[in-house]
Amino acid sequence: MEDLTSPKQDQENQELGEARRPWEEISASSQDPESGLSEPLEPEQWLETGPQPRSGPPQSPQSRASPPLDDVTGPGAPSPPSPAPEASFIPSTLALARQQLAAPWQSDRTTDVNPKAETPHSHRLEQSSDQGKSTAPQTCQSEGDTFQQSQQTERHLYGSEDVSNNNSKQKELRFNIFQEEDSNSNYELDHTESGISEGAPSPLEIAIQSAKAYLLKTSSKSGLNLYDHLSDMLTKVLDERPENAVDIIESISQDVKMAHFRKKLDTLQNENEMLPVYETAEKQKALFLQGNLEGVDQELEDEIAESSLPNVMESAFYFEQAGVGLGTDETYRIFLALKQLTDTHPIQRCRFWGKILGLEMNYIVAEVEFREGEDEEDVEEEDVTEERDDGDSDAEENDEDELPRTFYKTPQVIPKEENRTGANKYVYFVCNEPGGPWVKLPPVTPAQIVTARKIKKFFTGRLETPIVSYPPFPGNESNYLRAQIARISAGTHVSPLGFYQFGEEEGEEEEEVEGRRDSFEENPDFEGIQVIDLVESLSNWVHHVQHILSQGRCNWFNPIQKSEEEEEE
Amino acid sequence: MDAESLLLSLELASGSGQGLSPDRRASLLTSLMLVKRDYRYDRVLFWGRILGLVADYYIAQGLSEDQLSPRKTLYSLNCMEWSLLPPATEEMVVQTSVVKGRFMGDPSHEYEHTELQKMSEGEKVFEEEVVVQIKEETRLVSVIDQIDKAVAVIPRGALFKTPFGPIHVNRTFEGLSLSEAKKLSSYFHFREPVELKNKTLLEKADLDPSLDFMDPLEHDIPKGSWSIQMERGNALVVLRSLLWPGLTFFHAPRTKNYGYIYVGTGEKNIDLPFML
Repeated sequence: MEDLTSPKQDQENQELGEARRPWEEISASSQDPESGLSEPLEPEQWLETGPQPRSGPPQSPQSRASPPLDDVTGPGAPSPPSPAPEASFIPSTLALARQQLAAPWQSDRTTDVNPKAETPHSHRLEQSSDQGKSTAPQTCQSEGDTFQQSQQTERHLYGSEDVSNNNSKQKELRFNIFQEEDSNSNYELDHTESGISEGAPSPLEIAIQSAKAYLLKTSSKSGLNLYDHLSDMLTKVLDERPENAVDIIESISQDVKMAHFRKKLDTLQNENEMLPVYETAEKQKALFLQGNLEGVDQELEDEIAESSLPNVMESAFYFEQAGVGLGTDETYRIFLALKQLTDTHPIQRCRFWGKILGLEMNYIVAEVEFREGEDEEDVEEEDVTEERDDGDSDAEENDEDELPRTFYKTPQVIPKEENRTGANKYVYFVCNEPGGPWVKLPPVTPAQIVTARKIKKFFTGRLETPIVSYPPFPGNESNYLRAQIARISAGTHVSPLGFYQFGEEEGEEEEEVEGRRDSFEENPDFEGIQVIDLVESLSNWVHHVQHILSQGRCNWFNPIQKSEEEEEE
Repeated sequence: MDAESLLLSLELASGSGQGLSPDRRASLLTSLMLVKRDYRYDRVLFWGRILGLVADYYIAQGLSEDQLSPRKTLYSLNCMEWSLLPPATEEMVVQTSVVKGRFMGDPSHEYEHTELQKMSEGEKVFEEEVVVQIKEETRLVSVIDQIDKAVAVIPRGALFKTPFGPIHVNRTFEGLSLSEAKKLSSYFHFREPVELKNKTLLEKADLDPSLDFMDPLEHDIPKGSWSIQMERGNALVVLRSLLWPGLTFFHAPRTKNYGYIYVGTGEKNIDLPFML
């Protein structure tokens, strides 16, 4: 079967130039089935015919467009050698030789790739890629049979895999496709070539073959050869058809080389790198699901839940109009995280306070008011500091003979404000990202606020980081964060005049100087102020959070009072 | 950030908290297209927003084919009408370095700065107080220029240099890999290189001349002036500058999305070394 693919076949030169003519005729006749891939099996041997027909049965019309791989089944299927070449045989001999050729040929193929190239072949490199390869073995076997081209050989060829051959086949396929268009011209060339190559291969052919042999030389470093690499690259370019391919050809070349390595290492690398993404996604998925699980209990908690959970999405909408915001999906996740917070803690009211950016991680802050009597606080620490003063004075009295006594008394530590008053009016929870655990921040002390006013430090994102500064900050990052939150709230939380009003319960202004104006509530009669009034002057805006005095507290604590009491004692 | 992928870029950069309101976004999409057509730019970048007391400036930049050639800067107060700003010169920068404080928001506002200048009349040399008027537009130009030179960022491999000189966008840039994305050395300053020549020969031997022709962020002084964070697990890397607070650079590893935006008051953070 000589599948002559007709024009494609390039002119493989063969040493058996004679065979060409007859083959040509045959090919001419059988040009129809050009499956493009099929190549004439030239029984003749060695040759090129060897390179077999790629696709074998010409008929299978492998559509030109079909991927080369399909067609190129056998590595060997070398492109149909030009009808001319090889074929030196006469059809009658074909049948005989085919079978013989099949066996030996395969064994040879795999071993010699290079030598193939050296055999005289078609001058068209592309087409001869396969052909070239197969020629070698064929030449070896030439003594034996040549013919091969028999279909049997083809079948065998398909079986054996040879990467390089595949590539070249692909290339050949493409060129075959192109060449169909040029069939006429090719055909003519074939003819002429056959004429030329009737006798010994011409110097042109030898030059071509040696060039091809050079290209097929394997690199000692990487095991690739230029011929295959070029054919890979061209295949890729033709597959992808990028714009201005010539400008990015070097990158394409690199990509093709890298592709050799990718398969092995892919799974290992990807797994390690993508893990944090999956973990975060899992955490956030838990956020989304927790709402569903508690559906049953929600009815009971609805009354409380309504007032405690803020409508974050609505406020985010308004903020977005002003150009401030975190993005819709981020805000939604924060909303879910707040819901999780309210579900796990007994919270009266909760509000999304904001986000503080840090060096390594960020903080999402929620302002929370616990229900009456629900918060557990540690009140132990305050007593310790007060005792220290007494201890020092005792120690010094023992050494009065030797050491001078100091009369200096450390200034009294100003006590922090009670919870729910002043700077500690609200409790703050922070988390690093929605889905992460919420951590409660400790209440703030006046000393911390005073020092926080003097230093300026970035947050790292980890709550236990020590703050190294001058003046030294009493506490670690969680205390600094709490102090800054208190200062920001006191300085910037504003509302339109009249929106809040004081609770009307207090009638005793004489006795409780401190607790006088602590609580405020929304004014139900508030009717809103014209936007123009709000924008033009600031007198329509008021702070609704108590200002923090320079002492560090909202309500003045007189340190002198207590010392007077001590002296009396 | 590229005007073509404006919406996606804004979404990715929203972690810093400052973004754009929907009406501004919509007007930007249309007006930047018109700017590109009118001025015939190759690419238009939305640079960011400088907050002023009365109004904000929205800044855009246009690039020509050569990515490193000086960019043209435009500003707008309403995201619809854009005006071209003059290129920055050295003396502008020097002149405006004395102005401190927030931007007003009015481009014709003039800052008054009194200087003591030595004037000599004949033989006498005495100092006189001279009041120098500095226009806000000048200040705007120099601040944008300083920010660009100091903290505009581009990932390694996004641009490549052709042998003839011009810098082109690399069409085969597929994004940094995850391990590369976490290192500061894979990001470059988007400006003419300043420190490349100071590298030792040994270091230069490792560089790829077509890709490594800009300064990396790694050796910025002070060290630690960049905060690098991964958001959404490992799906987004965000660089924030601490020297010019408000500059955010984002990149989604293994994709082509990257960009930077500045939303801030236009004031350099001089206290940086004390804050770290």
